[in-house]
Amino acid sequence: MGEMEELRKEMENLKDQITAARKTFQDSTLQEAAAGVTVVGRVQLKTRKTLRGHLAKIYAMHWGTDSTLCVSASQDGKLIVWDTITTNKVNAIPLKSSWVMTCAYAPSGNLVACGGLDNMCSIYNLKGKDGNVKVMRELAAHTGYLSCCRFLSDTEIITSSGDCTCVLWDIETGTQKTVFAGHQGDAMSLGVSPDFKYFISGACDFTAKLWDIREAECRQTFGGHESDINAIGFFPNGNAVITGSDDATCKLYDLRADQELLTYQDSSIMCGVTSLASSKSGRLLLAGHDDFNVNIWDMLKAERVGVLAGHDNRVSCIGVSSDGMACCTGSWDSFLKIWN
Amino acid sequence: MHCLKKLEAVVVEMQSGVKGSEQKLNVTTIPHVITGKDVIAWITNKMKSTTEESEAFGTMLVAYGYIYPLQNHRKLVMCNDSSLYRFQTPYFWPTQKWVAEDSDYAIYLAKRNIRKKGLLEPYEQAHYNHLHEWLNHKWDFIVMQATEQYKAGKERRKPDRVVFDCQERAYWIVNKPPRRTHSAMDSGLELLIDPNSDEKIPFDTYRRMNLFYQQAIMSSKVKSSVSLGALNKYVATYKNHDPFLAPCLPSNPWLTDNDSYWTLNMRQVEVPTKMRVERWSFSLFELLRDLRGRDDFKVFLKKEFSGENLAFWEAAEELKWGTASSMTSKAETIFKTFLVPGAPRWINIDGRTMGLTVKGLDHPHRYVLEAAQTHVFLLMKKDTFFRYLKSPVYKEIQKKALNPEAHNFSPAQLEHNAQNRSPGIHPLILWQQAEAEKAKAAAASVPVDVKALMSKLDRIK
Repeated sequence: MGEMEELRKEMENLKDQITAARKTFQDSTLQEAAAGVTVVGRVQLKTRKTLRGHLAKIYAMHWGTDSTLCVSASQDGKLIVWDTITTNKVNAIPLKSSWVMTCAYAPSGNLVACGGLDNMCSIYNLKGKDGNVKVMRELAAHTGYLSCCRFLSDTEIITSSGDCTCVLWDIETGTQKTVFAGHQGDAMSLGVSPDFKYFISGACDFTAKLWDIREAECRQTFGGHESDINAIGFFPNGNAVITGSDDATCKLYDLRADQELLTYQDSSIMCGVTSLASSKSGRLLLAGHDDFNVNIWDMLKAERVGVLAGHDNRVSCIGVSSDGMACCTGSWDSFLKIWN
Repeated sequence: MHCLKKLEAVVVEMQSGVKGSEQKLNVTTIPHVITGKDVIAWITNKMKSTTEESEAFGTMLVAYGYIYPLQNHRKLVMCNDSSLYRFQTPYFWPTQKWVAEDSDYAIYLAKRNIRKKGLLEPYEQAHYNHLHEWLNHKWDFIVMQATEQYKAGKERRKPDRVVFDCQERAYWIVNKPPRRTHSAMDSGLELLIDPNSDEKIPFDTYRRMNLFYQQAIMSSKVKSSVSLGALNKYVATYKNHDPFLAPCLPSNPWLTDNDSYWTLNMRQVEVPTKMRVERWSFSLFELLRDLRGRDDFKVFLKKEFSGENLAFWEAAEELKWGTASSMTSKAETIFKTFLVPGAPRWINIDGRTMGLTVKGLDHPHRYVLEAAQTHVFLLMKKDTFFRYLKSPVYKEIQKKALNPEAHNFSPAQLEHNAQNRSPGIHPLILWQQAEAEKAKAAAASVPVDVKALMSKLDRIK
């Protein structure tokens, strides 16, 4: 028992050293650095389209890499690919298990993936020979629900699960290539860096971790939240990470300085953040909350510059298209709205 | 749920802030009734927010069950008028630990059954049947509890009984909502791992964590002012390219239903737009990511006879993301074309990287060319990229680039646009075009056989 105590003391000591080291590198705050930047002013986005067709709560959506297609997953057991400009449904894919919690669109546009309480990630091929959309692979090895998945290419996909691990899969063979273990609570969300070399995951142990895909290691851990991290994303230049949590705040962490730069909070916001997305230049952060609203933050000044109110139930997912033109929100009221 | 602590603080304040009155409802007089108007006014005043936001906040309080409506008890929204509400008793507040138990719900339904003599609503009847089946082993206990509670209720005074029944009904509507009622307690998922439980951390985990922390201390860090400067610079550079902040030319398709913006910015367009060309100058990453920019870069490199670096980079990308079965053949082609001394498109990398790469190619895997690819990328970034930006090729494309006129549609024209929206090109067709182009490029990039060309020239002479 004596050794355990020693190890624990050493761990606390190391953690203190890390905090001290971070402080010495903190020679400026974002407020000082952004003092000269002009204020953005009130941002008002309006609903341009409403996508109707789901019959139950929408849990996830993801934009394709061209500007107008997106996929959404709902607990009525359907995965729908929408052409958002005409609001037509390009594909309506029936799922084997209706308890779906996440969906993803491959960068090439050929594949979509989904998963949920069935502990499996199912990959569907949209460009099949006879035009039918069929299951291409079922990736099963997780011992917990699938909370999020993201494609790296047509051959690799990363998934995060309630069993506290993230896994990199080889789609062709359907096997696990790397298991990223280290979180001590359910892994709730993940995001891939713009150069596809790193990914970040947020978990219910209140921390976010940065993983190197190639070396299969955790490079950095970021703490500071007081509750589960539900949503996570990269800043567009790939050097900073934004997290959203149940404690109703969002935080911005820098990867190179290894510390938290800013917290986005307001005393009138009491509901947990369920999802987040940043605009193309990184100036605006859109965060969806449990109180049915989406708050728009000015990332440099940490001020709220707008609200998107229009859903009748919790906003469960949000995404900004790749050319930055439109933002799509999905909600438990079974509608998707496109804002601009 | 973490946010409930903050919510409860607000509700407690509100209870002393909003005035309640007695209201007559059906036959009984109900005390401490508040109107939606008053609640919303109080919220607007306290939080200094707009009416819209206060309405949303009020609806949230109703959806969580802190306030319940008296008249339309199934619709959990806060209306900004004289609709009547009451504060829910703290006994029935949602808390972090208390989950609505199925056996409690069964007792409640059994009690209602006794009172209304079998007249439950259809969704309640469905729940009742399901619980009867599932909790069958406890059913005697449940019925006994229900009868006891019913008897105890009858002994109360009528107004108290009505109030308590209302509160209980409101609690169950929030926790087991009927169809088309949106309740916030309907959260669905329970965490698999409880972060609050004291876990016995094994010996080995401590050791590994300590190693990790030691490595973390030694990792190189950058001063935060540098990162902040970089963030600022990025945001400033892209400010005019963010459609949420700056208007885009000729017009935003989402606003005017005219998709010329997308047609002008397609993959294979002859003449790109000025904004697009400007983006190419931001970084090599941006230039290579936009395939049209990559084409322009290739034109420049061809003039300088240094296209092998980019060709190698592209081949390495294909290897990284390609299918596993094609890896050995791709690795071989790359070796023969770029790395063998005297190869037709030999790349100039330092000896150490070359040695490592060639050795790795004996057992090719996805990342075998990573070191060489990074080296080549850095070469291009530090040298070729800047020369490209100063070259006549880039300046020419800058001059040729389109700066489309901003559209100025009248309302009638906007209507017309909305009705005549083009369906766009089906993604399958775009994909086929891309594949055809790739095939053409592959055929064209076969290295020129100098010897054959020379002998041909000799024969012509």
